[in-house]
Amino acid sequence: MPAGEQSPLNTYLAHLEKGELGYQFSPEAGRPVFYPRVLCPFTGSGKLEWRVSKGLGTVYSTTVVHPAKGDPYNVALIDCDEGFRLMSRVEDIDPMQVKIGQRVRFRVHRPGGEEPPCPVFVPVEAK
Amino acid sequence: MDGLKRGSAAIVGVAESDLGQVADGMSVIDLMAQGIQRALDDCGLTLKDVDGVFSATTQSRLSVLALCEYLGIDPPFIGSTIVGGSSFEYHVAHAMSAVEQGLCKVAVIAYGSTQRSIGRKQASVREINPYESPYNPFMPSSAYAMAAARHMHQYGTTREQLAAVAVAAREWALLNPVAWEKKPLTIQDVLSARMVSYPFTVRDICLVTDGGGAVIVTSADRARALKKKPAYVLGCGQSTTHSAISSMPDLTVTGAVASGKAAYKKAKLGPADVDAWELYDAFTINTLLFLEDLGACKKGEGGAFVSAGRIGPKGSVPVNTNGGGLSYCHPGMYGLFLLIEAVRQLRGECGARQVGDCEVAVAHGNGGVLSSQATVILGNSATV
Repeated sequence: MPAGEQSPLNTYLAHLEKGELGYQFSPEAGRPVFYPRVLCPFTGSGKLEWRVSKGLGTVYSTTVVHPAKGDPYNVALIDCDEGFRLMSRVEDIDPMQVKIGQRVRFRVHRPGGEEPPCPVFVPVEAK
Repeated sequence: MDGLKRGSAAIVGVAESDLGQVADGMSVIDLMAQGIQRALDDCGLTLKDVDGVFSATTQSRLSVLALCEYLGIDPPFIGSTIVGGSSFEYHVAHAMSAVEQGLCKVAVIAYGSTQRSIGRKQASVREINPYESPYNPFMPSSAYAMAAARHMHQYGTTREQLAAVAVAAREWALLNPVAWEKKPLTIQDVLSARMVSYPFTVRDICLVTDGGGAVIVTSADRARALKKKPAYVLGCGQSTTHSAISSMPDLTVTGAVASGKAAYKKAKLGPADVDAWELYDAFTINTLLFLEDLGACKKGEGGAFVSAGRIGPKGSVPVNTNGGGLSYCHPGMYGLFLLIEAVRQLRGECGARQVGDCEVAVAHGNGGVLSSQATVILGNSATV
């Protein structure tokens, strides 16, 4: 990779900074690639396009973490409608009410400080 | 592993190091050396015979170097494949290959951990994954919990059925003098224990103990001249489907399908031939998934299969006969103990927990978050 080219991670984070859920698409494989990388794991090709998700998805699986201190919180795997999966969490509802098959919508979480933004999801009804 | 010859090598010596909570100041290499000495005694070989060394641990970055230095040997063949808890099942295939090729004659495979003594956080470096770490999953439990949740959703598996796995493991552990857990456990105990990552309570999750051990691999010819009955390596298979849980293709189907298929093919055996199943039970869901994926029952039927005591000491399908990672011992990378128990069952050394007429035993290792699967099929002299 030539010096100065943006890393896959930083391209992803730059999309998030703009409020977008970016992902890669492999034109040769005809399918999305996630997490972002420098080559397509289906073909080995370096040809990958960046696309922006519509931000709609379905809960593939879910758990509720019970930390030693603090409130229980959700961790989920989300299948985005474009055909890629990512880890995230569903917010705005009781973590135990997050259900497999539930429709969810993306929003950006900005923790502030040194921490970069990350995608989270909310139930579609909540908009 | 298609190149390996069925039964060309055997596991001839096995031993645990000290287990549970080891003496203050013991290092992981101390535990490996202790295991090696005991395993060599077990088969009547000595350190002078050893010309192959394999090791894995999370607490020594270049463990095979530290181990060889400690033992005072410079073996022509070394290996340190580290893919989590299944590393030792990979080592068996690699050792068998090396023995077949004449690269070494006697290989030791060793493990050590002091994670209980020093604390789990000190025992392994936390790795940051920018696509997962922001959500603070409690790893590895949350990954396996999501596999369990998906299995429950797709197949109607219940928390009670998962709990039955922990109960069966405990019943076996009560028959194993060196098991960590000493008290009976009920399904209700599992369900009402402290919730860790739903649907798992602390009783759906493996122990946190110290421990280590070693196994000795040599050629079948040499094995027959040694002290104990050889456990022949009939087949091996490996599969790595992902590293992070968010990249696992289907959370209800593991690489054990592929690793099992390869191992059965080499062994010329099928699931109906297996007398004892030693399956990496870091979590209750593992036992279900591996019983399904290795063909003991159909996909989705694991929950019903493990119910009503079928896999316990009074059941018809012996699974995790030492008490497993759930109740016997789990120092973080449990795979070596699967091999030790499988060999002892084949030899008939297991006392109160001995499986009757045990000719074929499976040791199935799992590493990462259902990431690396490795199946080793072992058989006694009746199988070769």
